Amino acid sequence: MAADPHTIRELSAALRAREISSEMVTTHCLARIEERNPALNAFIAVLGPAALDAARVADREIAGGRYRGPLHGVPISLKDLIDMRGLPTTAGSRVRAGHIASRDAAVTARLREAGAVILGKTNLHEFAFGTTNEDSAFGPARHPLDVNRSPGGSSGGSAASVADGMAYASIGTDTGGSIRIPAAACGLVGLKPAVDEIPLHGIVPLSSTMDHVGPLCRSVDDAAIVYGVLRGGAADAPEPWTLRGTRFGIPRSYFLAMLDPQVAAAFDAACARLADAGALLEDVDIPHAADIAPIYLHLVLSEAAAYHAKMLDSRGDDYTPNVRIRLELGRYLLAEDYVRALRGRQLLIREVDAAMRGRAALLLPALAIPAPKLGVTTVRLAGTEEPIRNAMLRLTQLFNITGHPAVALPCGKTAVEGLPLGAQLVGARDATSTLLRVAAAAEPYLGPGTSR
Amino acid sequence: MTIKTWLDSAIQDADRRGLASLRPLLETLARSTSALRTADWNDDASGESGESTDGETVADSERAPDGR
Repeated sequence: MAADPHTIRELSAALRAREISSEMVTTHCLARIEERNPALNAFIAVLGPAALDAARVADREIAGGRYRGPLHGVPISLKDLIDMRGLPTTAGSRVRAGHIASRDAAVTARLREAGAVILGKTNLHEFAFGTTNEDSAFGPARHPLDVNRSPGGSSGGSAASVADGMAYASIGTDTGGSIRIPAAACGLVGLKPAVDEIPLHGIVPLSSTMDHVGPLCRSVDDAAIVYGVLRGGAADAPEPWTLRGTRFGIPRSYFLAMLDPQVAAAFDAACARLADAGALLEDVDIPHAADIAPIYLHLVLSEAAAYHAKMLDSRGDDYTPNVRIRLELGRYLLAEDYVRALRGRQLLIREVDAAMRGRAALLLPALAIPAPKLGVTTVRLAGTEEPIRNAMLRLTQLFNITGHPAVALPCGKTAVEGLPLGAQLVGARDATSTLLRVAAAAEPYLGPGTSR
Repeated sequence: MTIKTWLDSAIQDADRRGLASLRPLLETLARSTSALRTADWNDDASGESGESTDGETVADSERAPDGR
């Protein structure tokens, strides 16, 4: 970690007190990008002069007593699926060549209004349709701790930018885990708010009913700051939450059945620390968990195919081969099976609500494996050879189907390589703020991330 | 349309479109669709199937308020 202070909270205090200038911090981040981006490929576009201009404006406003809040003057990055007026939104694809956004996405406008300094647009799995970031027209983003590994995806460049000290936060999107998976792989906090809570206008869609937008940060407190701005409200710190007596539900069957042994050990250790702190950990059941993957697949393939059909016909060769073939797959689904999946969604919502009842959150790992090597397509879990994509989506996709808010937090590291591992807390629907309070209380007991 | 009919037709169409690499994905999707169709919460016109997604049985939810 090159930049100091470490968190948005620390930085914003220093900026407000004028102990440090936004221009200095932005210059530092841009230097870090110049040094590290050739290896990590985290950024598709770096907005050096514009970022420095925005930083100088922030400095002048703060000096003039016009302080906008805790994101004022803070350098952040934006997944290149999100519109910024006057710039291309590539979505990591050649299909978008020549596109220029005519206006800011709703979240971009809110970030600018809050005074954030946008450093650039980050790399992603093409059209956010993948978990490793390998299929991008701009080449793969790479893991900050091992460039031969994936940082996770689809918001892989976002995660790499924050974990490596190039930005203080990044805005990602999450349709099956695309914020939480790279957050877990890179030792960050990644928040998927509740469905429909933050406007998606100006963001390239993947799945119209499961897309979410949210932050990747270095702490829960920072995630709460960015979440507040994205929501269009106050960027307050989470109110304190007492862990003692707090009931967590652990959905053991299905979710803990296929884990890398190091993930399982780190999760068990974190549970023991939480129990020692007075939390009450109770097993809960999602009775139809085995139906999650079929329901998810039929929703995401149908909705993605509807959006991409025209371009698949006219510019199919411009997609990366793996993404193209999966988008084409969606064109063969029958309407009756999509409707079955919609019906299944209602069942799963009811089952997650039931598991949540009387509890502050569900607790489970965020990612079943450590960051995988680039090029690896399968992983052996519980004696079964699983496609990497299935293994990486297994613990997160349910909450895109149901819309419950979920946050990934650091939860220890692997013994030899020191690769980050992640836990996940899931909140009641429409209760993202409460989830963040619980997560802030649990954060110290779950384990260290990579970036401190 | 049965899964087998659907799969045969989809593979034939993918081959015709020069997308032969779709075949293994279509076969995987067919298994997933089969799982979706045989799930115990499905609803059908017989009126006898499935757990309702709102917590009642489908048969109950389809019954008129007077029990008909």
